[in-house]
Amino acid sequence: MSKAALSVEHTTMPLLGRLPAHSSRAEQVAHIAEAARQIRIQDLKLVYHAGAGHIGGDFSAIDILATLYGAVLEIGPETVADPERDRFILSKGHVAGALYTTLAAFGFLPITELATFLKPLSALNGHPNRTKVAGVEANTGPLGHGLPIAVGHALSAKLDVSLRRTYVLVGDGELQEGSNWEAMMAASQYQLDRLTVIVDRNRLQQGATTKETNDLDPLPEKAAAFGFAVVEVNGHDHGELLDVLSAVPFRPGKPTFVIAHTHKGHPVSFMSNNVAWHHKVPNPAEYQQAMTELETVGQPRLAVSPRLDKELR
Amino acid sequence: MTVVDTSIADQPRYDCRDAYVETLAELAHEDHRIVGVVNDSVGSSKLNSFRKAFPDRLINVGIAEQDMVGVASGLANGGRIPFVSAASCFLTARALEQIKADVAYSNTNVKLCGMSPGVAYGELGPTHHSIEDIAWLRAISGMTIIVPADPVETAAALRWAAAVDGPVFIRVSRMSVPQVYPDSYTFEPGKAITMRAGNDVTLISNGTVLWRAMVAAEQLAAEGISARVLSMPSVKPLDVEAVVAAAEQTAGIVTAEESTIAGGLGGAVAETVVQHHPARVSILGIPEFAPTGSAGYLLDRYGLSPEGIADTARRLVS
Repeated sequence: MSKAALSVEHTTMPLLGRLPAHSSRAEQVAHIAEAARQIRIQDLKLVYHAGAGHIGGDFSAIDILATLYGAVLEIGPETVADPERDRFILSKGHVAGALYTTLAAFGFLPITELATFLKPLSALNGHPNRTKVAGVEANTGPLGHGLPIAVGHALSAKLDVSLRRTYVLVGDGELQEGSNWEAMMAASQYQLDRLTVIVDRNRLQQGATTKETNDLDPLPEKAAAFGFAVVEVNGHDHGELLDVLSAVPFRPGKPTFVIAHTHKGHPVSFMSNNVAWHHKVPNPAEYQQAMTELETVGQPRLAVSPRLDKELR
Repeated sequence: MTVVDTSIADQPRYDCRDAYVETLAELAHEDHRIVGVVNDSVGSSKLNSFRKAFPDRLINVGIAEQDMVGVASGLANGGRIPFVSAASCFLTARALEQIKADVAYSNTNVKLCGMSPGVAYGELGPTHHSIEDIAWLRAISGMTIIVPADPVETAAALRWAAAVDGPVFIRVSRMSVPQVYPDSYTFEPGKAITMRAGNDVTLISNGTVLWRAMVAAEQLAAEGISARVLSMPSVKPLDVEAVVAAAEQTAGIVTAEESTIAGGLGGAVAETVVQHHPARVSILGIPEFAPTGSAGYLLDRYGLSPEGIADTARRLVS
């Protein structure tokens, strides 16, 4: 097939919404899995037809986003301005395409609006803008900004004696920015136990592995030393993500640090864990193959388990 | 009520931080949303009494400016009105990207209060001088920049900032100044205040230098030179109309401020004049990393004394 400019014909994702509150865990996990699959298919179309985007990081984070919006966050299109809503802050703002697609899947913006992605005057900029897109909480893009903002919001909730929660998704390479560690010290000092930091631990940054660049390990020990309750999960396992992200706080008085082991480009065979796909755009043959894999796997295959990931260290 | 007169140089001097903390406490009593955010700068912002009155509402993130401004943005997301209080040099330089992205571009309701700006730290040297802050923040869209000249204006600017929704930067002077405004003064953004009428030359100033410009105008008057003195607390938005009128009606404009000559009030005036009514402009400020010296010595050295301002005005009209 030939590549065409992004248009409404490429925005065919179904509106998924939330399951009823009394749904079983199995129903929720299945719902998240299908949401993640649909979001990936739609995101692939966006990047392919727009000719730009960060598909590697998008696919690394989509299972986390689908879990949060599909079953964890107390927020929906009708409560997007409710002061008592849970907050989700996407600190790795370059995966805006994944966020927009997720927000569209759960009804925050019309699915057809995705056709404006990166076009002149579109609200859907390459990095998210809270003043233009419902559901976006902070204008991120420069790295190391989301975690301090999340700490500030969690502090406001504590001052209000509110039970609203704060989640922030950071990239692992992003943790090389010192501002994160400033914020982690403050989160611990103020005992913000309704704050959850999720690290998209795909071990790849723009041009190399984190290990080759500025190694973050031992990351769990570092986070624990900064006063966090640390949990490691398979960031592509919807059941594990659902159980962990719904269960915070793990330790009273401590903020939570979830290390979600992921692969950039997951689960597409030739993209997964391949540094070349940070912001590469697939050619027609690659697009077709990726689409076939996403459409036929049903539930995404797990390319890696946390155990294997540890062995790779 | 204080009436501006020739004896202004002999009047009592005030540290504007005292008006700052007094007003912030009043505002906090009136509005539960108001909180302070500091980078260990409780003492240097004179906020000890505030902390005593509102122990939960003074958030100290430690010596961590990027976090401080990010936290303020998050507090605003949660409905609070944070007043970030920190030495202006560290607030604006170390957290510049947070000011740009988390506050201005995100349009969050954060008030940035740059304490002890300019060369107030004197002998501590250029690392602690904050002469670049105005130029840096002027370049950021959506930022309101206020440089109050005395305690009355400091309090008025704070009250205004608390009442509007959006980012504001206020410089809070440490170097003591006389009261130049009546007690009834209210702050209005984008408006110059004519402190003295005149038609030969215009002096435009703000902050700690305004009273010096007023004394300079007295000295010039004694020589028969009629100097208009415009107070320009609102560097952004600027009162374009007042600047253009000065360019049209007087022989030239002297700007005088406690900040760098590149991109500050002088830069704003020059940009305006060039585009609307080209006129002679002399910019007085700090042109370099200052040598060791007290704040007062440094202002004199760079022609920001009454005599220095008057000299520059004389050259402009001659």
